[in-house]
Amino acid sequence: MSDQLLVSTRKGLFSARRQGMGAWSLNGVFFLGDNVSLAMQDARDGAWYAALDHGHFGAKLQRSRNRGATWEEIGVPAYPTPPEGHVEKDFLGREIPWRLIRFWCLTPGLASQSGLLWAGTLPGGLFWSEDYGDTWHLVEALWHHPDRRKWAGGGADAPGIHSICVDPRDGNRVAVAVSSGGVWTTQDFGATWTAHTEGMRADYAPPELVFAPESQDPHRMVRCPGAPDTFWVQHHNGIFRSTDNAMSWTEITDVKPSVFGFPVVVHPKDPDTAWFVPAIKDERRIPVDGRVVVNRTRDGGRTFETLHRGLPQVWAYDLVYRHALDLDATGQRLAFGSTTGSVWISENGGDDWLTLAEHLPPVHAVIFV
Amino acid sequence: MPSVAFTQNLQRHVACPPCKVAGATVRESLDGALALYPKLRGYVLDEHGALRFHMAIYVDGVPVTDRKGLSDPVTGTTEIFVMQALSGG
Repeated sequence: MSDQLLVSTRKGLFSARRQGMGAWSLNGVFFLGDNVSLAMQDARDGAWYAALDHGHFGAKLQRSRNRGATWEEIGVPAYPTPPEGHVEKDFLGREIPWRLIRFWCLTPGLASQSGLLWAGTLPGGLFWSEDYGDTWHLVEALWHHPDRRKWAGGGADAPGIHSICVDPRDGNRVAVAVSSGGVWTTQDFGATWTAHTEGMRADYAPPELVFAPESQDPHRMVRCPGAPDTFWVQHHNGIFRSTDNAMSWTEITDVKPSVFGFPVVVHPKDPDTAWFVPAIKDERRIPVDGRVVVNRTRDGGRTFETLHRGLPQVWAYDLVYRHALDLDATGQRLAFGSTTGSVWISENGGDDWLTLAEHLPPVHAVIFV
Repeated sequence: MPSVAFTQNLQRHVACPPCKVAGATVRESLDGALALYPKLRGYVLDEHGALRFHMAIYVDGVPVTDRKGLSDPVTGTTEIFVMQALSGG
């Protein structure tokens, strides 16, 4: 069971601790006033990482090896220098800079891969570190893949990698998801890459491109640790599931109140159990009917329960970003935070929720540590 | 030698008091200052050595013209000021 939660917000990294049965409270903040994109805990050594987006001064990375007592600034990835005169544009003709804009996910390697971290970034570079983030290397084969240039901005102006799923059976096998650019996998530690979006559909794309890999906008992809051939994706177009190691996808339709959303988490052992936070899609992006709810399936997506006990059910317009829903290692404790600064926690798989905060800065991400 | 000073907003992240460093261009002088404060480099310049989009460098009160190469000339009495560009409100 995890008794501590880190909440990454527009104005700092907040900490909350469990004070007893069903009682959580905020107990501290790191980097107050700074824009914290996300945080990560490396379960192998317990180290915390926080990605800061200083705007004027660029994206930075901080590491703490004593649960936040002290932090040290470590290295950040560097994009390669483009060829002389090269101006890269996405398929809509918009310029894509070859420079680090923002961290969008951090993922540790396996226990056998000491010091290995993966970083997904905007504008689409995947990087790895073999020294706990002190130095970084670009995954050249993906960045220079000709189809990478078909990626376009999804969750931001530039494309970005927001989900990295390492195969717990073989750390050389990694799947990443791109907004907007589909799902890509490598079997050889990044030497070669293949897009796998069979079964995905993007109704928002021009008719000729509805099934094209680059049209697919997975908002978030997760893999079941206990059944690693099963993936869940909350896609711009709906919910998709794979049971064949991300080789193909099955669309799950007719989900009430909405099949749209950003985050998804999957139970650590039961691949059929997953949670989502639905919203009205596209131009609105608010909860349906002003009610904050969480959807849970326990049967692989055949049916969903809409959970709402303890969540605001009137005049609530909280949007939950793709990294702002987390599940602890037991599969019992959940937390999510919203763009309007609310955070809720459940200790019973989402049946009941308690309000941790209502007035935090906009929440980018939450993680149990 | 030209003097180089940094906005107070940078001091919050990296200690970088004003300094005097040799150099005939903004690049040479800035490199001298960043050698004193190596952590500061990534806050002012991007990974290709260009001035960050939301940063500004003034040479005796005039913004540099070469934001990529920083080739603007300086003299022994030049005052170089590094600050954030006023983007937004």
